[in-house]
Amino acid sequence: MTDEFNPKIVGFLCNWCSYAGADLCGVSRYQYPPSLRVVRVMCSTRISPKMIIRVLREGADGVLIGGCHLGDCHYISGNYFTEKRFDIAAKLISLTGLETDRIRLEWVSASEGEKFSKVVTEFTEKIRQLGPTPVKTNAEIALRLEAAELAAESFRLTAITSKEYPLNVKGNVYGEKLDAEKLRKLAHLTAEEEFERAMILTLAKRNRMSVKELASKMKVPSDRVLEHIVTLRQQNLIAMDPVEGFTPTYHTLSLGGE
Amino acid sequence: MSEQVEKPRVGVFICHCGSNIAGVVDVKAVAEYAKTLPDVAFATTNLYTCAEDGLANIRNAIKEHKLNRVVVSACTPRTHAPLFQSVCEEAGLNKYLFTFVNIREHCSWVHMKEKEKATEKAKDLVRMGVAKARLLTPQTEPRISVEKSALVIGGGVAGMTAALSLAKMGFPVHLVEKEKELGGFVRNLNNLYVTTKDALETIKPLIQEVTSHPKIKVYLNSKVSDVFGYVGNYDIKIKTGDQETKLKVGAIIVATGAIEYTKDGLYGYNVYKNVVTLTEFEIMCKNKTLPKLKSVVFIQCCGSRGQDKSYCSRICCNVAIKNAINIADNYDNMLGIAQQLGKVIPEVPAETKSPTPEISERRRRRRGRGEEAEAVEEEKLGPSDKIEITIFNRDIMSYGIDHELWFNKAREKRIRFIRYTPERRPEVIMKGDQLYVKYFHETLKVEREMPADLVILSTPLVAPPGQEQLAKMLKVPVGQDGFFLEAHVKLRPVDFATDGIYVCGTAKGPADITEAIEQAEAAASRAAIPLSRGYVQAEAIMAQVDQEVCTGCGTCIEVCPYGAIVKNENGLAEVIAAACKGCGCCGASCPNSAIIMTNYSDEQLLAEATAALKEAI
Repeated sequence: MTDEFNPKIVGFLCNWCSYAGADLCGVSRYQYPPSLRVVRVMCSTRISPKMIIRVLREGADGVLIGGCHLGDCHYISGNYFTEKRFDIAAKLISLTGLETDRIRLEWVSASEGEKFSKVVTEFTEKIRQLGPTPVKTNAEIALRLEAAELAAESFRLTAITSKEYPLNVKGNVYGEKLDAEKLRKLAHLTAEEEFERAMILTLAKRNRMSVKELASKMKVPSDRVLEHIVTLRQQNLIAMDPVEGFTPTYHTLSLGGE
Repeated sequence: MSEQVEKPRVGVFICHCGSNIAGVVDVKAVAEYAKTLPDVAFATTNLYTCAEDGLANIRNAIKEHKLNRVVVSACTPRTHAPLFQSVCEEAGLNKYLFTFVNIREHCSWVHMKEKEKATEKAKDLVRMGVAKARLLTPQTEPRISVEKSALVIGGGVAGMTAALSLAKMGFPVHLVEKEKELGGFVRNLNNLYVTTKDALETIKPLIQEVTSHPKIKVYLNSKVSDVFGYVGNYDIKIKTGDQETKLKVGAIIVATGAIEYTKDGLYGYNVYKNVVTLTEFEIMCKNKTLPKLKSVVFIQCCGSRGQDKSYCSRICCNVAIKNAINIADNYDNMLGIAQQLGKVIPEVPAETKSPTPEISERRRRRRGRGEEAEAVEEEKLGPSDKIEITIFNRDIMSYGIDHELWFNKAREKRIRFIRYTPERRPEVIMKGDQLYVKYFHETLKVEREMPADLVILSTPLVAPPGQEQLAKMLKVPVGQDGFFLEAHVKLRPVDFATDGIYVCGTAKGPADITEAIEQAEAAASRAAIPLSRGYVQAEAIMAQVDQEVCTGCGTCIEVCPYGAIVKNENGLAEVIAAACKGCGCCGASCPNSAIIMTNYSDEQLLAEATAALKEAI
């Protein structure tokens, strides 16, 4: 019994639907495994990709986000943003090598008590199959998650993730409504780029690194790494060390720069 | 801010909730565990924390142990947080220094067979609560002044009632109606069920009272073109033709009503001329343009209850019964006047086809069965001899006190009720120039056909077009069916989640006039709360912009569902406290992390979440 893996899942539930659904689940005495630890938020839109990744970094075996059904949001459109943020979190996690099944987004209304118990039971079972989180044992994944969190925080990725929904529904300043799928591709591309940049920063924070070393560690062509380094230098996030020999090395400036 | 420096002294109160929690969770062990957590100055258990002695316990402990944070570990904050918050306030503690931990609905009730694990989970949850409580800061709720006037959108029965109710309380009311007359949907109707009086006559006194009331200003042929602001301070633009009127009001009541659902091809609607909807039929009755008929068929639940719309429109059973009785009772009258005015609708089969051979044949067979006595009876009943009325239904829901009696009355008048199931819906077909209803007789289990001169479809009420636009303007939600969505389906039926905006009548779903009036009176009295008090206290769960970090990129302004963020004179984002509802969309969207959500900051949420994963905080 003691060897049995009891996953710890952190759940962010919105006050109006999912949390209320969990309440109803309790009132109706639907049972589920004791794996979930709930954090109540006013709306699921509150949960940024950064928070999801941070909780995984801290050692959660899984993260559950619960919101109202699309169209039923207490705050009109909050959960449409949740959808986009979750998508980007999943994208970043997929880049780290951690299983994306460790995060789940579910719409549970205040009247779906039974559904809530099913969601938690199924999700717990899924996590049991995946096993305990590797973040404490696998240094590579831990490092990549650190970079993923940094990428999630970046101005560009946050701005694009947040504007996906308004650009699709309300349109841009010219009143043009942009295609949801194209926007999603753009956001994913941004996530990939920002993740690579964050990887450079994360790696060069620990040791001075040359482009070649970075490229081999990140498994990315060196010209791409160099391109990123040019951008990062413009942003004053990375600096070149005095060149010794033939190969310049770089180190990360303390975040925020000047 | 000086209070922030003060070291947290957390008090933890674990509730037995009788045996609801203590029957599963070892609450004593949880309390002992809580004492070991950092900054916890006091921890105890209560049999019922929400009972008076439990509350007194909290009050005393706050004073005795100089607690500056309170964690109650019991049921759900959704019902009990306000109670414990007010107890904290009584003891002089800011109510935002209180945290709720749910160990009943989320723990003891869902892990009833795993007591040990449930106790472990309860400890985790308490640890999470304490972790959050340590980071809480006191908040002051902003007080917002309220403009003492109201806007009512929609001049139907609900809108007029709400406007009149507020006006009688002494508040100036602006009533906006898009049509050229007041009255709304009722203007289409013949009579209102369980009364026989003309519908327009019934509401005329209301219209007169509204138009003559000195506090009510009526805007006919007008539309609300712009709404800006928040509870107590709405700037409204009303468009009347090319004219624009600007107003400032404190509260808004939405009473925009509903329209009847129609779909071409639905049971032959708009394909055959003598297939009409309930309301179209009422207009015919009202205008005395009813043609001579021999057989009338009503079909209930057309397009509702899972066919096109998911919901039951509630009123149609009663309306159909009313109309069926009207036909039976006033048949001669209606017809007489119709002929007098020469308004017989030409396209509907009229006298030429009567008596149709089918109907004569049916009568002959009935008499042939030796039902002579019945035939004599029919003579007395009169109309039923001249006309056959059939109501196809899935089930008749004549709910309410008088309505069931009307249903019985309809049966006495030989109006036939034939049941159908959604698997085998009746069909409307044309054979030659005679309309037939083909149906499956559920009792006899055979397919049958019935000639019909007029088929009346009971289609549901649906949200009018343009509802979404208005909803966007008001920043209120609409549900999946397009009707306005109230703040709470049970407990707050006429409020919107947005403060200062209320809803009544068919704008939030099918209702009859009695119900619309009840809702309108309710909405008016809800709106009168901020109006009569003159101020509102906003909840302090909201966004704050760190002006040092904000770069004025405007992302938050774009994502805010309430338009609660504006650019200030420095080009930076600023939150209008009264309009912010604290959802946190901007908080998660800010590319610079410049937005702090009070009580739900990144720091607090992460402290709470990560405390779940560690043995110590």
